Parts: sequence; structure tokens; C-alpha cells
Amino acid sequence: MEPGTKENTSFDADKIREHFPVFFQPENEGLIYLDSAATSQRPREVLTACKNFYEKINANTHRGAYKIAERATAAFEAAREKTAKFVGAGRTEEIIFVRNTTEAINFVAYGWARKFIGTEDEILVTEMEHHSNLIPWQITAQKTGARLRFFKMNENGILPLDQLDSLLSRKTKLVAVTHVSNVLGTVNPVKEIIRAAHNVGAKVVVDGAQSVPHLPVNVVDLDADFFAFSGHKMLAPMGIGVLYGKTALLEEMEPIYYGGEMIKDVDYYQSTWNDLPWKFEAGTQNIGGAVGLSAAIDFINSIGIDNIRKHDHLLTEYALNELKKIKDLVILGSTKNRGPAISFTLGNIHAHDLATFLDQKNIAVRSGHHCAKLVMKKFNVAATARASFYLYNTKSEIDALVHALNEAKGYFSKWR
Amino acid sequence: MALDELYQEIILEHYKKPKNMGLLENADIKVEGKNPFCGDEIELAIKLKDDIIENVTFDGSGCAISQASASLMTEKIKGKSIVEVKKLISTFKKMVKGEDDSQVDRDNLEELLALQGVSEFPSRIKCALLAWNTLLLGLEEKLNKKDGKK
Repeated sequence: MEPGTKENTSFDADKIREHFPVFFQPENEGLIYLDSAATSQRPREVLTACKNFYEKINANTHRGAYKIAERATAAFEAAREKTAKFVGAGRTEEIIFVRNTTEAINFVAYGWARKFIGTEDEILVTEMEHHSNLIPWQITAQKTGARLRFFKMNENGILPLDQLDSLLSRKTKLVAVTHVSNVLGTVNPVKEIIRAAHNVGAKVVVDGAQSVPHLPVNVVDLDADFFAFSGHKMLAPMGIGVLYGKTALLEEMEPIYYGGEMIKDVDYYQSTWNDLPWKFEAGTQNIGGAVGLSAAIDFINSIGIDNIRKHDHLLTEYALNELKKIKDLVILGSTKNRGPAISFTLGNIHAHDLATFLDQKNIAVRSGHHCAKLVMKKFNVAATARASFYLYNTKSEIDALVHALNEAKGYFSKWR
Repeated sequence: MALDELYQEIILEHYKKPKNMGLLENADIKVEGKNPFCGDEIELAIKLKDDIIENVTFDGSGCAISQASASLMTEKIKGKSIVEVKKLISTFKKMVKGEDDSQVDRDNLEELLALQGVSEFPSRIKCALLAWNTLLLGLEEKLNKKDGKK
């Protein structure tokens, strides 16, 4: 069965689910998976593509002058080309394969920021960043002597654009911003932020971990300097991720890892570096993972990213409406224009106790600080529960969540 | 496993009305612990008389399991020697982790047995152990200081 065509507007999540083996394992019977913001599930097509790679063309890339090595190389480079097209990169070699978003951002911190940022400079980070787009900049600031500044959000979890100009100056060398918040679901006006940053000569690194799986993204249209995302949140295997960078920036950026494959020429005391993108891909890469990412993009394209966005949006609107009806339930952040992640607290029930209760009903939600302690501080909570949705989730699963939350209130009411 | 086996009555009581809450002044040991996984926090203040824990109090925030475990722990260790307490920590950890403990006398755990159900909820083991690992850290820091002085 095909998952539908781009033109097909009648989105059928139940049919899409049939492609995901995890939902049909006897030990997972009744699983309601509401944690795709942490990692998505993977369709059979992706798993088969990985299996086929290892069974049929497993060989190292760019090395062997024999047929299966050539086929492995072709598959790896085709995955890069497909990924470049998917996010609208101008050139295929601007796509660097890495492990995940965290590694991609660290590449920028070590390879670019350490080289070009100094004591007189400033790094602007938003208050809603995941730790993966915060800690690398804290360390960069500490090591370079640059000043770390914060673009604070308002009480609705929105970045006030009118305050941006006062935070940017000629001293600003880098702005780090998440495209979509993993806690609040806020979709940030990244294009406007990038334009303002460019006006003062700053470069911008965008954390796209929560956007690429859910929204059409075009890095050239955004004019992003660096853009990072993970395969595992968009139906691909764990351990494959992407750093996009503009050619000129990648060329001036230092390699992170030194070793095989990243060299052009080697002598006793010095060596020169390979062309993009291989300069950044030292050692054997996650070729099977890249092939899986390619299959994931095919799967997403077969449904249409716009259709996925609409489906996510409908589910999120529905969930927000239903959740609002629960007394004592507090939703963090804005209820408008947001991605499919909803963080909430319920009365005085600790998020962990709540998550354990929901797990007893086979409902998987995330609980804790979601690697965004600054967001927790801002909203003055220690932890929240978070439900997040993707193309395989249904309204009836949200109904089950709401029902279970009402039950949880009853169960924990004896604690007062 | 039924939820009621995790959230036993005695755990709820200690969560609602924790014992020994607030921090002692003039404590001999002050130690903080955090669970990076969920942000739960605890602070212990211990007053020693020779090698005996004369008094112990805690302050903190977190889920029912972490807070009840801390409350139960303070009740249990008061009046015990450091050696006894270290043995108790080891026994308790084994129980919560569901490790083989045929050599261990669980009867000594008394009320702490209420936390036995945690072993069936692997993601909650860290919650139950937060106070205990913090206690162990505090005792070891104290013993190391003592050794250093000699």
C-alpha cells in the first residue's frame, strides 16, 4: 500500500500507521506514542532500505575500486543529494553528514566560532534553546572571551522581534536560534531574525531538529548560515544527522576530526584537506544511516511535507482545545502558530508521577526538563509533561490522553 | 504491575507530610544532590555525635518517589552509626534496583520496604535513590576529610 500521494489531501493516519512495525509488535499492543519530539518511529521502508544496504551493497565508500564499493558510494552521495534538495540547499556539498543536531552545532562551535570569535565579540542565544544550542555557546564564550547575551522570550514563549535590534550590534558575531522550540512548540520567525543578524554582519546557526520533520524548510530562502537537524526525528535511523553550511563558511571553517578521507594530500609533517563536504567527514561514515535518511525523505515526500504539517497542526489544535478543558492543567507557551509539541503541568502532580501513571495506560509522553532548563526557569517549573505528535498519531490517541489525564487527577487527588 | 504497588499509602503520607523537612543549623554534614534526568533536587543536613547520626533533615523538591524516599530515609537513619548507615544504603540500593540480595536481610528495611515496587519501574529508580546517593556522598566527603586530617 502506498502512503498516499502529494495531491491527496485526505490524510489517513491509520493507514500511515500500518507502515510502522513498532505499533504491531505484540509487546507494544495498545501503545500510544506521544513522544516524537524526542525521537520518531521508523517506517518499514526505512528499515528495509538499511537492511538492503547491509545485505546487498555493504562496502566502504570512496575507497574500493570494485562494484559494491562503487554502489555504496553512489548510495551515500545520492542520499546527500536528496537531503540537499529536501531542505533546499543550493549545493549538494553544503550537506555534511554528522551524527545528530548536537554534533552539527558543535562542529560550528569548534570549527567556525573558535576561529572567528574573539574577546570583543558577542554571541546572541535565545532563551528557549535546547541545551544542544546553548551549552556549545557557553563554552565558546568561555574559551574565546566573547560575551554571551540572551534574546529573552515573553511570558507566552514568544521571541519579541521588536527587541532584537537592541541586542544586535557590530559586535555580534553569531546568533543561535531554534526554528521550533522542543518544549513550547513555538515556531520562531527565523527568517526575520536572520535578516536582522545579517544587517549587523552576524552569522546565524539554526537548530532545525524540530522543524525539518514537520515543516517545509528551505535553507536558502531562510538565508541560514548554518542549519542543523537530526535524522532520527524524521523517520530515519538514529546516528545520522546533517549540518548545512554556506559554501564560503564551510570553506573557512576548520575540520573537527582529522584522519582518513578528509585529506587531499599527506606528507610527513603536514597535510592538506579534502574538498567539501569530505573535509568534515573523517573516518568511515554512517553510510547505512544516510541510506535510511534518504528512504525517510522518500517516505515523507510520498505523503507530502505540507500534508504532514496540516495533519500535525490539526492534531495540535485539537489537543490544545481538549487539554484546555481539563481543570488545573496549565499549558506552557502560546496556543497559536506552534509545532506539534505541547508541554503542560497538571495541578500539583509532579511530571514524573504523571508520566508513570500515563505509562500504565500505555501512553508514552516525555517528562522532565526536556534539555531546556532555561525554559523551565522562565516558566518557574521544575519539570513538565510533554505530548508531541507526528504523522502516525490520531485524534483518538489524543482522546485517550485526555481521558487518562482526567483519571490521573482522580487518582492523585487522594494525595491532597 | 499495579500503580498502587508503587504509590503505597505510606509513600503518599511521606510525600504529603514529609518528616524532618527544613535544614538543621550547625550541621556537621551539608550536601546537595540533583537528578539531572528530571531536575529533582535534595539537600541534606546531618548532625553527628561521634560516629552516630544524631539528627538529619532535608529540603528539596521533586516527585512523590524522590521526596517520600528522602523523608523515609531521614526517619530510618537517625540514631544509627555511619557504618550501619552505609550498610543500609547498600541494602536499600539493591532492593530498589531489584538486584539479587539473597544475602541481604530485608527485614531491617522495615518501612522502606514500601519502596520495593520501584524496582518494577526502571525509569523511577533514580528518583528513589536520589536521597540515598546524596547521603552516601555526604558521608564519604566527611570520612575523606577526617582521613585527610590524620
